[in-house]
Amino acid sequence: MELTQRKIGKKGMEQIVIVGNGVAGITAARWLRKLGDAKIYVISSESAYFFSRTALMYVYMGHMLWKDIEPYPRDFYSKNRIDLLHTKVQSIDFQSKIVLTEGNKPLAYDRLILATGSKSKSFDFPGNHLKGISSFYYKQDLEHLNQISDSIKHAVIVGGGLIGIELAEMFCSRNIPVTMLVRETDYWAHVLPEDEARMISRHIQDHKIDLQLETRLQAVMGDETGRVNKIITDKGAEINCNFVALAIGVVPNIDIVQNTHLECDHGILVNEYLETNIEHVYAIGDCAQLRDPILGRKATETAWYIAKAMGKTLAHHICQQPTAYQQVLWYNSAKLLDIEYQVYGQVPAQIKYPLNSLHLELPNGRQSIRITYDHDTKVVKGFLLMGFRFRQDVCERWILNKTVLENVVSYIRLAFFEPEFYKGFARRYMKKFNIEFGKSAYLKTRGSFDSVLKFFKRSKKKESDESEHN
Amino acid sequence: MNLSIIKITFTFRELIQIAASGVMIFGIGLMILGGFQILENKLLLIQNAFAYSSVGFIIYWLSSYWGKPAGIKNDGVWFKAVSSRKWIAWLLAIVLTSFYCILYWFPEYLGYNEKGNTGFVAFFDPLSYYLKNKAASQWFVYGVLYTWAILLFGIKFIIKYRHSRYQILRTLSVMFFQTAFAFIIPEFLQRMNLPYHDYKNIWPLNYYFFDGWHLDEMLMNGKIGYWMLMSGILMILIGSPILTFLFGKRWYCSWICGCGGLAETAGDAFRQLSDKSVKAWKLERIIIYSILLFVIAMTGGVIYTYITGELYLLGISTDKIRSIYGFAIGATFSGVIGVGFYPLLGSRVWCRFGCPMAAILGIQQRFFSRFRITTNGGQCISCGNCSSYCEMGIDVRSYAQNGKNIVRASCVGCGICAAVCPRGVLKLENGTIDLFNRVENPYLKNPPTTNS
Ligand SMILES: Cc1cc2nc3c(=O)[nH]c(=O)nc-3n(C[C@H](O)[C@H](O)[C@H](O)COP(=O)(O)OP(=O)(O)OC[C@H]3O[C@@H](n4cnc5c(N)ncnc54)[C@H](O)[C@@H]3O)c2cc1C
Ligand code: SF4
Ligand code: SF4
Repeated sequence: MELTQRKIGKKGMEQIVIVGNGVAGITAARWLRKLGDAKIYVISSESAYFFSRTALMYVYMGHMLWKDIEPYPRDFYSKNRIDLLHTKVQSIDFQSKIVLTEGNKPLAYDRLILATGSKSKSFDFPGNHLKGISSFYYKQDLEHLNQISDSIKHAVIVGGGLIGIELAEMFCSRNIPVTMLVRETDYWAHVLPEDEARMISRHIQDHKIDLQLETRLQAVMGDETGRVNKIITDKGAEINCNFVALAIGVVPNIDIVQNTHLECDHGILVNEYLETNIEHVYAIGDCAQLRDPILGRKATETAWYIAKAMGKTLAHHICQQPTAYQQVLWYNSAKLLDIEYQVYGQVPAQIKYPLNSLHLELPNGRQSIRITYDHDTKVVKGFLLMGFRFRQDVCERWILNKTVLENVVSYIRLAFFEPEFYKGFARRYMKKFNIEFGKSAYLKTRGSFDSVLKFFKRSKKKESDESEHN
Repeated sequence: MNLSIIKITFTFRELIQIAASGVMIFGIGLMILGGFQILENKLLLIQNAFAYSSVGFIIYWLSSYWGKPAGIKNDGVWFKAVSSRKWIAWLLAIVLTSFYCILYWFPEYLGYNEKGNTGFVAFFDPLSYYLKNKAASQWFVYGVLYTWAILLFGIKFIIKYRHSRYQILRTLSVMFFQTAFAFIIPEFLQRMNLPYHDYKNIWPLNYYFFDGWHLDEMLMNGKIGYWMLMSGILMILIGSPILTFLFGKRWYCSWICGCGGLAETAGDAFRQLSDKSVKAWKLERIIIYSILLFVIAMTGGVIYTYITGELYLLGISTDKIRSIYGFAIGATFSGVIGVGFYPLLGSRVWCRFGCPMAAILGIQQRFFSRFRITTNGGQCISCGNCSSYCEMGIDVRSYAQNGKNIVRASCVGCGICAAVCPRGVLKLENGTIDLFNRVENPYLKNPPTTNS
């Protein structure tokens, strides 16, 4: 009954159902509304309103209240005629185009967008049923952590990735002693080049976090109440603790479509238009897996920006002409305790021929820059910054315009995005370049904002000249 | 190191903090004893009182941040009773508002007496005699406390933001302008029997600048008075527009101004309390521009009376309007509410809703200034730190997550949004080339990527 009532709506109006109110789902909804007049439902079991998952930690640390991490005011959705349903999708009937929510309530759709995100990875180890083991992904994880926080005497974090270090920072903020178990030789060493990974390892220790490298979790032991009271590492060491946080990565959350006709691998398989194998069913964000990722890129990239870009692209695809999702130049940023990290383009952990790099770490041990370039042509391929902010758009221009290293280094100040009066490193970096290449190049700009604007004007002009030429 | 006292464990840091608090309380105790004339009033006493409380205060904050890597220090802001509108905040608000009420309207309760001070004001007499050979007034007491607060909390602010040179320089600047321009120079002038004059206090923030008595006072003091008048007017007509064109209103609001100085230093713990709703923004515009009109009308009237000698303009007493403004805006709004409500409404209530100077600078900043805050590509993760810590209640995130630049009349350029952003998205910038296009993000017009 509800089904027919809902379906009728305005005559000829398409009904689009989005599962998941994360950044992918909400961005899609926003753009669908900007570009069209469909009836839009967004369903989520996690929270009534979209919140910034990346900011969960700040609520725990007391930097912000829950309402502060909701990017849109709550009346935004009704104003934009986006219907939010705070319920769980139990199953989907792709044949009759119906989504079944909790209590078997049906909701019909003309188009279905799956944006169910990820869930935390887990693995089998002795004692993994004990109380006091949890991961950190959902709002509910935060609530749970908040509840038991006062009882945590010592926490062990398993995993040396972005969520692991966020958890470490969270515990530190509440003066809970932390041990971090990291499989690699340094923190995040499978992503960061050695120097950078070292720097962060040092920085972690500066925060009085017990960082145990090349160490894995072997087993967890409990007390008589069934709560964790110590862990054993693969080196045989015992660490007393009553909380274990698993931060070993995420996997696409595709529970509701498992064993259906929807084609999945580890994620929901989509083509470049973000379409699944079933017509009018799409997948975006962390749960999507591209059938043909471009060379050197992953099929599932679990990042905020990716989810956002996918949501926007899909809305254009549905409402306007066919629009393909393109894996544009990779970029990412994070804050590793107090050190900000930014990466643009190609900077792998192992820098091998034909890639090479020019790296400079400042004496304070908290700031560094690395630019990768093609060894033969000297064309710049990527930027990696620690503790220093760069202008994304300038870096991207340089990479896309195939600028050579010498030009980039002599204009490096154009990319500086630090607050005014910062201490730059342009001179040192120039010197390093000159020594390494036996040249005598010099800095060509002081990097005022006007010179940055001129740079854009020039490169746009160059671009349009070139396209006219073609 | 841990020491155990009656089953409560203290860390080394906490022990130092407790000791430092003890020293600070001892200093404040001396002040109180002096204020009640229990200890004899001598210069030495007041020196000791200030020295102990300052040293205690500084050691307290040094030990709080000592040994912790430099970086953003907002842990527990919403858990602490003082910064999250809980009981301490209310208590503090009551104390502060009461203090302002007494100061403005009942200074005799502070011990102020033209024939001979008693009480708290008398406690400041030795210092006042030392500086200008006159007895203290309640305004002298206020000036000392105000400058002291900016200096102490300024030091705390610098320790807290020691990783950012923009923040350090800006804070040193407000500390300097408060100490030199609002305190030492005026005291010195008075010592030389010249009128009190704070050069950095510009009309219309300085609403009495064109008052008859003030004009007379300046004109009667020869070259120096004439210079005061001319520099004041030149600053309004030329200095301020040029500086605002070059740097935005921040040159004044967060680098020079005393109100801003107190908000940035002593008010730092309360910046997250500002209201970010659209409703508050609407209210802000209504109130601040009304007050601007009010001050212009009031000043016009006062000048009219000064020139023509007519006491009434359009049948209204200009003097009456002037005193209404002084009472309602000059005292109640900027003092009692503006500072007294720091712990409840945030640190910039006056600057955001009331200050007519901010209104003028803001209009220029919005339409004719090189200043804007740029956003860095598609980096924003919508976390909300920037909006939360914007003391002016600007919803910075709503711009940043859409890749738009921030060009807002109210932005005082404190740079805290950029400092707290965990992804390096924001930068305060001055550029001439795109003067009338600042809202557009120059890069995104022709983006290499399809993000944001
Ligand atoms: C702690 C943490 C920090 C992070 N920090 C960063 C960062 O700094 N930078 C970055 O780029 N990325 C970061 N990420 C990753 C980023 O948050 C994700 O890539 C992004 O949120 C993915 O968005 P999404 O919309 O695809 O999915 P999600 O945000 O996971 O949203 C999916 C939603 O769908 C709901 N849902 C799923 N199944 C159902 C169902 N059956 N019924 C109803 N609702 C359902 C879920 O409850 C969830 O609310 C972080 C992730 C975490 C956990
Ligand atoms: S927008 Fe940023 S710089 Fe402007 S007032 Fe707010 S926090 Fe300060
Ligand atoms: S603080 Fe930075 S990342 Fe967070 S919402 Fe503001 S601009 Fe975006």
